[in-house]
Amino acid sequence: MSSTPASSNPSTETGTARVKRGMAEQLKGGVIMDVVNAEQAKIAEDAGAVAVMALERVPADIRKDGGVARMSDPNMIEEIIEAVSIPVMAKSRIGHFVEAQVLQSLGVDYIDESEVLTPADEVNHSDKFAFTTPFVCGATNLGEALRRIAEGAAMIRSKGEAGTGNVVEAVRHLRQIKNEIARLRGFDNNELYAAAKDLRAPYELVKETAELGRLPVVLFSAGGVATPADAALMRQLGAEGVFVGSGIFKSGDPAKRAAAIVKATTFYDDPKIIADASRNLGEAMVGINCDTLPETERYANRGW
Amino acid sequence: MTTPVVGVLALQGDVREHLIALASADAVARPVRRPEELAEVDGLVIPGGESTTISKLATLFGLMEPLRARVRDGLPVYGSCAGMIMLADKILDPRSGQETVGGIDMIVRRNAFGRQNESFEAAVTVTGVEGDPVEGVFIRAPWVESVGARVEVLAEHEGHIVAVRQGNALATSFHPELTGDHRVHALFVEMARGNRRVGAL
Repeated sequence: MSSTPASSNPSTETGTARVKRGMAEQLKGGVIMDVVNAEQAKIAEDAGAVAVMALERVPADIRKDGGVARMSDPNMIEEIIEAVSIPVMAKSRIGHFVEAQVLQSLGVDYIDESEVLTPADEVNHSDKFAFTTPFVCGATNLGEALRRIAEGAAMIRSKGEAGTGNVVEAVRHLRQIKNEIARLRGFDNNELYAAAKDLRAPYELVKETAELGRLPVVLFSAGGVATPADAALMRQLGAEGVFVGSGIFKSGDPAKRAAAIVKATTFYDDPKIIADASRNLGEAMVGINCDTLPETERYANRGW
Repeated sequence: MTTPVVGVLALQGDVREHLIALASADAVARPVRRPEELAEVDGLVIPGGESTTISKLATLFGLMEPLRARVRDGLPVYGSCAGMIMLADKILDPRSGQETVGGIDMIVRRNAFGRQNESFEAAVTVTGVEGDPVEGVFIRAPWVESVGARVEVLAEHEGHIVAVRQGNALATSFHPELTGDHRVHALFVEMARGNRRVGAL
């Protein structure tokens, strides 16, 4: 599973599960922001982001433009890596392991095998154990989360519905995952085998999740967070941190909104601080009502 | 002997892992996000995380000065990774406006061991930790470029300083909280216990 390509010393080991999952542990309590250029990356870093997601178009624009959404230009990713000292993540298409190989060669710190891009394989996700770079993957329910972890994902984000500025799907998916874990907690050993079958996930991971009372990897929330209160809501519902995509750089005052979302994510249980963070932020992104969104335009349905 | 109360700075980072490690090492562990919570602890851990984020939030929420004051007064503190950076008197390459609490006369280099692809595990022998070497988990880890005369170097990896102590301040480049081995935390809890005894006299 692990390899030591970068090290001359046989006693040091890179790409281990502990190093990959441990990296996500360091991001907890933080906000990961979508950025499309070096200037936005600096604004995100100055606002207190724990990492940035480098991509060519934020999900709101992918929705608007249509067409096939792919991995970003390596030049643009490298410019962002140069511009900031916080970790840089980038997206590959689902199942497009060559895009993932390219991202690893560029030195990104995390690869997001993302439903926001157009899937490259309708059956298989990438084998994430084959990489030194850790992966984060989206999930709408516990079975999907555990299947991704079984493929080597070192971090999970609930999917939500990216590019809508509407938190309703993020809430649905996070609640779904948390509820299914709570149910597992009540099962005895006999029932866990059937639960694994129902979840279409490996028994060992189901058992570990039942014992821990949480996923064996860090769980963030994504897809629709647009305000400080949205971010705090996801944390109160049990997310260990949030991804904010279009919500920041599609708003009236990105620097101010980014800093406000960071504050509300740290003090997610303090309404007074969330209130202060919410003052005079200018216009939020307009947003889309998810019940008017056709099935074919729902990114959360991508991935299996 | 009373059990020391050890706080974990809970602005961002792997707070839960430190709380678990401290509880296993016989401390009463609790998160600290506000100045009044800081005033109630016998020792403080600054966790791993993003040092730029932790620094910014500490300044924003009025914690930086109280932290400096308590560390100056001898509060036992332990920082892992980002926490080590926060305890350094000087950062070699700070982001603009990145401030530290200080307390250890050293210069640190952030992300010195490289990006995530270069993150690694290695056995580390730490002075003051009995028995086998510690399992060192290094994640985009800093190292210590140089130390002042009063700083004791506790561990090195491939010629770079990765653990130090100055008086009541302890720092490691690596993350003992991500392993099941809580000996580094036990060493720190003893420092906090010793300080509590002195304070109680």
